[in-house]
Amino acid sequence: MKAKRIAAMLLTVCMTLSLAACGGKGSGSDDAGSSDGASGDGEGVTVQIGPNPETLDPALNSAMDGANMIITLFEPLLIIDENNEVQPGQAESYEVSDDGLVWTFTMRDGLKWSDGSDLTAKDFEYTFKRLCDTELAAPYGETVVGMIDGYQDAIGNPDKDGNMTTEPDKEKLNVVASEDGKTLTITLAYPCSYFAKLAAFATMSPVQQATVEENGDAWSVEPDTYVCNGPYMITEWTPSERIVCKKNPNYSGGWDSSKIVTEDLTFLLIEDSSAAYTSYTGGEAQLIKTVPTEEIPSFTKAEDGGDYYVDFTLGTYYLSMQTQKEPFNDVNVRKALNLAIDRDYIANVIMQGTYSPAYNFVGPGVIDADPENMFYDVSVENNGGEPYISEDYEANLEEAKKALAEAGYPDGEGFPTITYSTNDQGYHVAVAEYLQNCYKELGITMNIDKVEWASFTPQRRAGEYEMARNGWIMDYNDASNMIELLYSTNGNNDGKYNSKEFDAAIDKSKCADLDEHFAALHEAEKIMMEDYACIPVAYYNDFWLQSPSLKGTWHSPYGYWYLQYAYVEE
Amino acid sequence: MKKYIIKRLALGIASIFIVATLTFFLMNLVPGGPFVAEKSISKAAQEALEAKYGLDKPLGERYITYMSDFVKGDMGYSLRQRGRTVSGIIFSKFPVSAKLAGIAVVLALALGIPLGCISAYNRGKFFDNFIIVLATCGIAIPSFISSVLLLYTFGSKLGVLPTVGLNTMSSYIMPVTALAIYPTAYITRLMRSSLLDVMGQDYIRTSRAKGVSSFKTLFKHALRNAILPVITYVGPMLAGLMTGSFVVEKIFTIPGLGREFVSAITNRDYTMIMGTTIILATLVITANVIVDILYKIIDPRIKLK
Repeated sequence: MKAKRIAAMLLTVCMTLSLAACGGKGSGSDDAGSSDGASGDGEGVTVQIGPNPETLDPALNSAMDGANMIITLFEPLLIIDENNEVQPGQAESYEVSDDGLVWTFTMRDGLKWSDGSDLTAKDFEYTFKRLCDTELAAPYGETVVGMIDGYQDAIGNPDKDGNMTTEPDKEKLNVVASEDGKTLTITLAYPCSYFAKLAAFATMSPVQQATVEENGDAWSVEPDTYVCNGPYMITEWTPSERIVCKKNPNYSGGWDSSKIVTEDLTFLLIEDSSAAYTSYTGGEAQLIKTVPTEEIPSFTKAEDGGDYYVDFTLGTYYLSMQTQKEPFNDVNVRKALNLAIDRDYIANVIMQGTYSPAYNFVGPGVIDADPENMFYDVSVENNGGEPYISEDYEANLEEAKKALAEAGYPDGEGFPTITYSTNDQGYHVAVAEYLQNCYKELGITMNIDKVEWASFTPQRRAGEYEMARNGWIMDYNDASNMIELLYSTNGNNDGKYNSKEFDAAIDKSKCADLDEHFAALHEAEKIMMEDYACIPVAYYNDFWLQSPSLKGTWHSPYGYWYLQYAYVEE
Repeated sequence: MKKYIIKRLALGIASIFIVATLTFFLMNLVPGGPFVAEKSISKAAQEALEAKYGLDKPLGERYITYMSDFVKGDMGYSLRQRGRTVSGIIFSKFPVSAKLAGIAVVLALALGIPLGCISAYNRGKFFDNFIIVLATCGIAIPSFISSVLLLYTFGSKLGVLPTVGLNTMSSYIMPVTALAIYPTAYITRLMRSSLLDVMGQDYIRTSRAKGVSSFKTLFKHALRNAILPVITYVGPMLAGLMTGSFVVEKIFTIPGLGREFVSAITNRDYTMIMGTTIILATLVITANVIVDILYKIIDPRIKLK
């Protein structure tokens, strides 16, 4: 009798628990059931290019994977094609005035939003003004519209400490759409030779005024209100699980509509590398970016007929030295620390070939004045056929020892113990341990300080470190985006490098003439490399697995996979 | 009983208040902030963001604002997932975690209790040894190992179970198994040792001496007392599974609460940290109150004060 009661009670407990567990079903996000069949093999394309994006609002996004989704869902005035050339997007053409200040974009006819309403130059005017809305605080606002006339008035003319001195008024931004919505005229405050590339940037994607004003920041979190203008549109977003997109029937623009053939495109928002790998080997995803690094040795590279791809992206892994602190204020010390590293070993052994050794600050893929020429090649040519750092490690090491002796520390005698700060992710700690060994060769003791990510960046930015891991992925293909990192007042000048000649060269590069622009940038790079202002270590690559059945995609040096023409061939 | 429940509820609310207060000040002591990225945003943009979310105000003022909003039921916007409210995120993820954890708990109880009984009943025999070895393995293997093993075997090698999300019934199998292994093993051991303990008591000996069959002794007299420790464990286990399933959620790409909890902290998403912590505290406290009440029902000797 009592046993029965206990059994009944246990059952009640179990039932209560399961009832409680089922309680919220209706309100939740589990109405995703329908997608399962469609996103498998066959019709749709399924890719994994990163975890859940924090935001897909073009103005608010600052992440690579977010931008990758945005370029699939939106189309700015201009686009960048598979040859990395700027092509007309929503604008069919543009003209630049002789002084490089007035840019006039002519819109295509019959442009539509994904909800079927008309898209005009006025939408772009709204979008660009929204980017300097101080209420919105778009992280890339200054990067993309900061050179437009009236920007300072739009953000309230901040003084040196960042305090506004006037009432901000975004309407002051000098962007004017014609009455008929056919042309957009943008007046710059100073010449910006790469403005066309900025106009193709994900952040510059148009957003629909009515939708944004009605829903506030929340417009971009629900598929229903996510109005876009690109080849695909979102039909379903289960945060941290998947985003399902459908071909946008109202799309017209720079991409060839006849090549947009796949109906369903799914982004799996997988965070874990072994889970991503399973989804790939199990056939659910045809492309994955989050590859388990421990599996890399077992992959066959694409050039050998395999499915493992490595391609460069525009970015450099480098080390910052706090150049205002002793002993890093001595150029010979910086030289010794710079030259004592075997970059080939780091990139190809420690980092398993997922990076490439860096001998200059600006890496491959960055174009020069003549788009046919590469910035890197011109740098090498200017430097007498050699990169700034020699590829001969043994010779470098000798040079390093000599430089250290010249600095007054022969064989490292009397050299203080230094601390290297890094966050514990990817190869960072392995690289740190290798550096420890390298510097031991010089007689220098280096301690490693592992700092948690959210603390690491502010600490480095404040200059509260001695040496630190650093890295930069370029926002747009212009060498200034990389080299300006060492400009004395740049927010990312973590090394606190301060050189008058260098700053002067950067100032000189802000001109309309492309030849002059690049000559000044080469000069600046030469100054900082000969001053050993920072230690370039490796160039970033993207590495991914892509099934041979997935066709029509390409990877761009911006770190994006272009998926608009993607299709699966059985 | 009624008085007791009211008292416990009042204490519970006070505990939540203390937890919220401590969390609020501790998280602000930790260096870093929600708007940190590898690329610095301009100082003006940074300040505008801080002003927008009220982070430019003194800590005391922010605390008072947060608490008064919270009392009104407003947990604010997530600082990192722009456009989403904290309550929106939590209430979309809570059912997912609750369902998963609920099934895992039921499974653990349904397996663990009988296994523990069988083991105790066959003490020292083959079944006992066999179950104990299994349970030890279950406790020793961390969930990230079992998850990856499951994923590799059933998701990749055999390809019979879906690996991403929770869209079909079959997609529950792997995450629930991974979540339930540890509590099942734990309950088995708990049940076994507690039952053995009770079986050694005088009243059991008495009942045996009176000629009651050992089966009846076990289920009629021993089990009821022996189950108490298991009941105690259910509360924290449920709460732990709801928010501590970070690894399993990550590996099976499940949009649950556990991941939000961890990433809120690494991202310094202050409002999300507060929201998820308060939810966790509420869960643990509620679970404990329920357990105490169940206690009383099962064992009348226990007095609730």
